[in-house]
Amino acid sequence: MNLAGTITLAHGSGGRAMHQLVDNLIRQTFTNPLLEEGEDQARIPLAELVAQGDRLAFTTDSYVVTPLEFPGGNIGTLAINGTVNDLAVGGAKPLYLSCGFIIEEGLPLETFARILQSMRLAADEAGVQIVTGDTKVVQRGGADKLFINTAGVGVIPAGFNPSAGGAQVGDVVIVNGWLGDHGAAILNARGDLALEADIESDCAPLNALVEAMFAVCPDIHCLRDATRGGLATVLNEFAERSNVDMVLKEEFLPIRTPVRGMCEILGLDPLYLANEGKLVAVVPITAAQAVLAAMQRIPEGYHACIIGAVMEGDGHVILQTAFGGERIVDMLPGEQLPRIC
Amino acid sequence: MSACSIRITGLVQGVGFRPNVWRLAQACSIAGTVRNDSSGVLIEAWGNESALADFQQQLRTDIPPLARLDDILVTALDTACPHDDFRIIASASGEIHTGIVADAAMCPACRVDIFDASNRRYRYPFTNCTHCGPRLSIVRTIPYDRANTSMVGFPQCPECLREYTNPADRRFHAQPNACPTCGPNVWLEDRAGQGIAPSGTERDCLDTANHLLREGHILALMGLGGVHLVCDATNEVSVAELRRRKRRYQKPLALMARDVDVIRQYCHVTEAEAVLLHSKHAPIVLLERRVGGEIPTIGFMLPYTPLHALLLATWNTPLIMTSANLSEEPQCITIAETRQRMQGIADYLLLHNRPIVNRVDDSVTRILAGKPRLLRRARGYAPEPITLPSGFTNAPPLLAMGGELKNTFAMVRDGQAILSQHLGDLEDARTWREYTHTLQLYRDLFQHQPQAIVVDKHPGYRSTQLGQQWAREQGLPLIEVQHHHAHVAACMAENGWAMDGGKVLGIVLDGLGYGDDGTLWGGEFLLADYRGYQRVGHFKPVAMPGGTQAIVQPWRNTWAHLHALGWVEVAAHFADLELIQFLQQQPLATLETMLARGLNSPLSSSCGRLFDAVAAALDCSRASISYEGQAAIELEAITPACLLNIVPAYPFALAKNAADCWEIDPAPLWYELLKDLQTGYCREAIAAQFHQGLIHIITELAQRLCAEYPAIQAIALSGGVFQNAILFNGIQQRLEDAGLQVLTHQHVPSNDGGIALGQAVIGATAQM
Ligand SMILES: [Fe+3]
Ligand SMILES: [Mg+2]
Ligand SMILES: [Zn+2]
Ligand SMILES: [Zn+2]
Repeated sequence: MNLAGTITLAHGSGGRAMHQLVDNLIRQTFTNPLLEEGEDQARIPLAELVAQGDRLAFTTDSYVVTPLEFPGGNIGTLAINGTVNDLAVGGAKPLYLSCGFIIEEGLPLETFARILQSMRLAADEAGVQIVTGDTKVVQRGGADKLFINTAGVGVIPAGFNPSAGGAQVGDVVIVNGWLGDHGAAILNARGDLALEADIESDCAPLNALVEAMFAVCPDIHCLRDATRGGLATVLNEFAERSNVDMVLKEEFLPIRTPVRGMCEILGLDPLYLANEGKLVAVVPITAAQAVLAAMQRIPEGYHACIIGAVMEGDGHVILQTAFGGERIVDMLPGEQLPRIC
Repeated sequence: MSACSIRITGLVQGVGFRPNVWRLAQACSIAGTVRNDSSGVLIEAWGNESALADFQQQLRTDIPPLARLDDILVTALDTACPHDDFRIIASASGEIHTGIVADAAMCPACRVDIFDASNRRYRYPFTNCTHCGPRLSIVRTIPYDRANTSMVGFPQCPECLREYTNPADRRFHAQPNACPTCGPNVWLEDRAGQGIAPSGTERDCLDTANHLLREGHILALMGLGGVHLVCDATNEVSVAELRRRKRRYQKPLALMARDVDVIRQYCHVTEAEAVLLHSKHAPIVLLERRVGGEIPTIGFMLPYTPLHALLLATWNTPLIMTSANLSEEPQCITIAETRQRMQGIADYLLLHNRPIVNRVDDSVTRILAGKPRLLRRARGYAPEPITLPSGFTNAPPLLAMGGELKNTFAMVRDGQAILSQHLGDLEDARTWREYTHTLQLYRDLFQHQPQAIVVDKHPGYRSTQLGQQWAREQGLPLIEVQHHHAHVAACMAENGWAMDGGKVLGIVLDGLGYGDDGTLWGGEFLLADYRGYQRVGHFKPVAMPGGTQAIVQPWRNTWAHLHALGWVEVAAHFADLELIQFLQQQPLATLETMLARGLNSPLSSSCGRLFDAVAAALDCSRASISYEGQAAIELEAITPACLLNIVPAYPFALAKNAADCWEIDPAPLWYELLKDLQTGYCREAIAAQFHQGLIHIITELAQRLCAEYPAIQAIALSGGVFQNAILFNGIQQRLEDAGLQVLTHQHVPSNDGGIALGQAVIGATAQM
């Protein structure tokens, strides 16, 4: 297909232009046997699923981001990895994805093709197939360049039951690496902040990592990916639902120097910055070493580390500073508003 | 023979009131009884006409030091006296209604005891009597009996018991009564927990402690409501080391001196200040230095327990007496915590085994315009109730959760507001635990069942979130009060402003509070009563680039103000100024974008931030601050009193905005200030012109508003910025000179420590 020019309303009209876009570009990029059947729905053999676990996991997410492309990824890689990760942290092996595009007219075809290509790569890396989809084009102003929705199904092996309310006193809290990279990269990517920071999004699939963790510790108490709202938001949910305190050691928190520096200038707390390839696990202390070792053998877990412990309490996240101070890290009520009088 | 019943209300329980009545009855030959009941003390008295009159007279004038009389109601009795002597009737449990009184400084009689070598309490650090000693700091629950305090582990010896049961004795029913035979004791240990015995001529571990202090060591001293860090204030090496270890590099440290004569070597002490220092509250008093320092005041206090008095007896110079903590955390109270947290901070620990149950910090006061003002209300004051003005007598019981920083909470009950001691910053996890603990304690002590809960409107305040949760769980109405309305109402309430007393003009100069429009307020003119308010004036909102970071780095505010003028032109025109050069070193392009994108740059009409902006312009803590309000405090400190009335006032623009609300715009001030910097004016003169300018524009707007709104009956001054003495004195003076009635804070702080009282009265009004 000729990639000169932009996407126009004609590409969404149902006519020839649309046919070209869907068949010659999208379908070709994503190609796989289920998709090639060309029906209005993907027909998934049940036997295969049943062989892999005892529950089906099903999730959906919509992706909007400015700019569309940024260091370390683009809206397409987010759309694949985000949904893969939502399945993975439930313990599911992600298998099939759907993909809906809402495109604002004027999007360069070349850009769209590039995003599709990276989606294909991300799907391959995560071992999932995009088996059904939809495309709409809206007029200028009706959307912001490109919105993507993906839904995904996966299969959960028997015995895997992490839950936000599962943390127990004495457990340890583990993350798989640098915090806040994605949020910082996005803030930086528009370029107008004039920061000299070299920060890439951490956008990555986490299913292989979770599989490795589960293999050494079937009894992971809590597991979530720390996306919007960052680490602080996930841990607050764990603390509240489990009615325990999550006590973090400030000096253990893996935050890159450029992210730290950027947060200092902007006055933001890296604990609230979004991630797209980070998970938080609460595991029994007896399993901690094994889980860590298993994680560190996988690229997405090279920098995995223990950041804190679960203690008796009334549902707070507490940050222990290097000097022994203890600061409560709340869920944000909205935007970060100063409380100081 | 005639008879009467005398009902006395006020602070009359747990303060030695009944034995005092008994003593007066003996002296006046009165028969009858005295008892505590749910509303105070009830006396039934029989005697001849003149004896009864005499007795009633003396009841009013001869009251125990810790008592406070609110009302005496006498009614005639026509029954015959059941016995011919005067008796104290024990109170049944459940009858007592006063909860608990504040800790009180050692009384003169006890001081005599501990320094009298023939007294059995000679050099005994836990000496106390009905007129003095620990109360709130040692109580676990009510009724206030020894068994419910941390004295439970110390059964009284026969001699102490004799005092305790003898109405004629000063220690009658003194719950913490103790002596060297039966009471708590003090010991000294090193960092390894090894006890250190007195040696040579040292009489006891206090002598040893003094020896160590003179050698320059830093001690942790377990006191009344918490643990202090102590060192020789005249030993610069020790003080510097203490600051380094405590990570408190700049904030002033409190001092304790043996007596006022020692203090006078360093500070001017007026008569009123001496009275305050010697009062039963024994607070820290901010006093004016004799010779200049970076901060023109020093916080001094006098020894308020026998332990402190004995330790300081041989010191002709002051000791540093600062809370045992790191930087802004709450101080330690338990032995275990002290050993753990003071490891590496204190060289030696002077500990005792009378547990501190509740942390009660030292109160901080300052005399302004001739009156003592509380800046931090804790030891010696809390939980003394504040009697609410007329109209509030039948207010339903309710709980006001307070603010976020400098938190206190308040409970309304029986026409009074009971204010907790200063608790501090609720973001600190330890303070938070104390907050929830103290809420529970007060609920128990005062048998309080709230019928409504009052919170600040700021959704991020932890006190607000807890209040919301409790209201939800307990099915109680939740009342949200705007921060600065609470400031104004607190000022009205403590000045006895009746519920239907009409409207005041509240001028609240503050740091930040959550405004009704979702922006941050803090320089507000509110036409207010307890029921509501109308925002009739404010400072022009300016962005805070980086949010909280703009509080930590004052220069951000300077830049934001200059940005509002047009940064490019300002930078070009004043390029030679060191200030402009400093700002140009900062990541301004980033900040510029933040403002343009509205990224973490909330708008604020705060007067505190304007202070920061001007302070940073004059290089007061320009780069960053290490404690709250530091830049503004330094700006006040460099302002010479002698220049104040000589220099011209910097101009502000004053105009109504689209919402028909007056706006004070500091733009003209900035042009003048920058020009003065360029001319090479000294910053002292510029600081004075800034203060003058503020005083001028605020009184100007106040007078305009009074003309515009004839409903205004008085002007209430509140908000943390009013801790600035120059501003406070200047504004109050001018408004009074203009014939206006001015309400100011005295009993609760003008800072956020006073918010809870304001919430309480606004909430009570809403519930009536
Ligand atoms: Fe305030
Ligand atoms: Mg989702
Ligand atoms: Zn006494
Ligand atoms: Zn005794």
